[in-house]
Amino acid sequence: MYALIALGYTMVYGIVRLINFAHGDVFMVGAFIAFYSIENLHLPLPGVFALAAGGSAFLAVIIERAAYRPLRNAPKIAALITAIGVSLFLEYFTALHQVFGPNYYAFPRPFQVVSLEIGGITFTSIQGIILLATLASLGALQYVVHRTKVGRGMRAVSHDLVTAGLMGVNVNAVISFTFGLGAALAGVGGVLYGIAYPQINTFMGVMPGLKAFTAAVLGGIGSIPGAVLGALIMGLTETMTTAYLSSTYRDGIAFVLLIAVLLWKPTGILGVARTEKV
Amino acid sequence: MSTLKNIAKAVLPFAVLSGLVQFLSAGDILNPYWVQIFQLACVVAISALGLNLIYGFTGLFSLGHAAFYGVGAYTAALLTKLYVGAYGDEAFLATGAVFLGSLLAGGVAAAFLAFLVGLPTLRLTSDYLGIATLGFGVIMKVVFDNADSLVPSLGGARGMTGIPRLTGVPWAVAALVAAVLVIRNLVHSSYGRALIAIREDEIAAAAIGIDTFRYKVIGFTAGCAFAGVAGGLYAHLYTFLHPSTFDFLKSFDVLMIVVLGGLGNLTGTLVASFAWVFLLEGMRVALPPEYIEFRWVLIPLLLIVTMLVRPRGLFGIREFPLLRSRVYR
Repeated sequence: MYALIALGYTMVYGIVRLINFAHGDVFMVGAFIAFYSIENLHLPLPGVFALAAGGSAFLAVIIERAAYRPLRNAPKIAALITAIGVSLFLEYFTALHQVFGPNYYAFPRPFQVVSLEIGGITFTSIQGIILLATLASLGALQYVVHRTKVGRGMRAVSHDLVTAGLMGVNVNAVISFTFGLGAALAGVGGVLYGIAYPQINTFMGVMPGLKAFTAAVLGGIGSIPGAVLGALIMGLTETMTTAYLSSTYRDGIAFVLLIAVLLWKPTGILGVARTEKV
Repeated sequence: MSTLKNIAKAVLPFAVLSGLVQFLSAGDILNPYWVQIFQLACVVAISALGLNLIYGFTGLFSLGHAAFYGVGAYTAALLTKLYVGAYGDEAFLATGAVFLGSLLAGGVAAAFLAFLVGLPTLRLTSDYLGIATLGFGVIMKVVFDNADSLVPSLGGARGMTGIPRLTGVPWAVAALVAAVLVIRNLVHSSYGRALIAIREDEIAAAAIGIDTFRYKVIGFTAGCAFAGVAGGLYAHLYTFLHPSTFDFLKSFDVLMIVVLGGLGNLTGTLVASFAWVFLLEGMRVALPPEYIEFRWVLIPLLLIVTMLVRPRGLFGIREFPLLRSRVYR
């Protein structure tokens, strides 16, 4: 699940070199859309996923359009601060009583939990769904990035924004699409989170967002397989820490790992070192 | 002689400000709450000046500033508490020597930690440094949360209580004046020019013979020392410390102040710190109670709009005359 959020970070960073702090909150909005579509609209599960992904994507495209695009040629820090601003705005705006409210909501289980056993490994249907949804999203993403025209555009923009524009790539459209795609994945992640930990509130995006970003950096930011690898390492470490040490150290250990990796390989495990041009 | 005159010129506005606040509070014109807010604004300004030295002048992207602030706060608070516990000499405590010692110790502790953290991490560049310091911030929050298992009086996740209230308007203002003077002189010295050169172009700076790594460590350590002192003041202002005051979100607050004021701009940092604290608290008073949550909806909106309109910060590169360099105007 970290993988899904990490992918959004890594894609956006790869293209516009911006740490999109609002990404964790898009993930939160995805979970809430899912909550309301189950509670009030009684949609079936595929419908829930589609709506959450679509809603998140729509939101991210609006954010990009309104807040990030005017700052594309401004100093990078201005965009970063704006991203923090958007993140705070989303958290506190949705926490208003008139919107979602500040309370915790119990996320309804859309299906029965059953334990399955395949080849000696026991897992619940929830874990199965998460695994399937993650793999499906990854497959779709790989297809989009490497096999479609817009994916080629994305890779071109990521390589060199200005040159890509000169070559006839519609840079604005590609960037919007990237934000949308990343957010759709975060939306799916939000639904999965709601299913796995059936409690949501408007600040739930902060920690997963931060950790997903860490995972993206760990694996080498800008690299799609890196994000997945980083997320796997991150998830495993946290589970191990909780199991063998103490859960109070859980949040810290992931970052100890991160700093250790960065010192050993400053661009992340699968990152490519860029030589600086003078 | 001119040095004395310069110092007098720098201290005067703060002395007037401090006297004014003292006078108003003594005459019951300004209620104690606002006096406290004024002191908080001074504390925030010191911490923000430190971050401006790190990020604004040296160009090191640090997202862990609140952690150093916290280290300073806990160190200073622990020392004062130990002293009170061991001697309890009220008269000596009132002279302020203990408090000064605690504050300096807080600054030194933060600086020492910054040095240790900086040695490995400052080899990283831009965003990677940011994420490493962010990670350090989260680690320190975990450390604060679990601190009571080592030293029970630190309180851990329940918070640290029983810190004597020693910070007053004169202390806060004096510390702020000292911070402004030190940073101003540092920035306009040969050290400061080396730091600025690193910000502008690290490779070029190295090419003209600046030991970039050494200067980066110096800038980072010095900036964090200010955070430590500010933390000590904070601890003795509110007399209660809780780990959540020092988590990574608070680092963002300081970063926002610095960027809003303008990177590498001392005037901007000062104005933005005061504006930030007073806006936050002013809205608490100005808004009707049922709309109090709108505070954090309006502030980010304001932030976004400011960034869209003035991407280089409120003040850009303009400074108060006092804080300008005399070398290159």
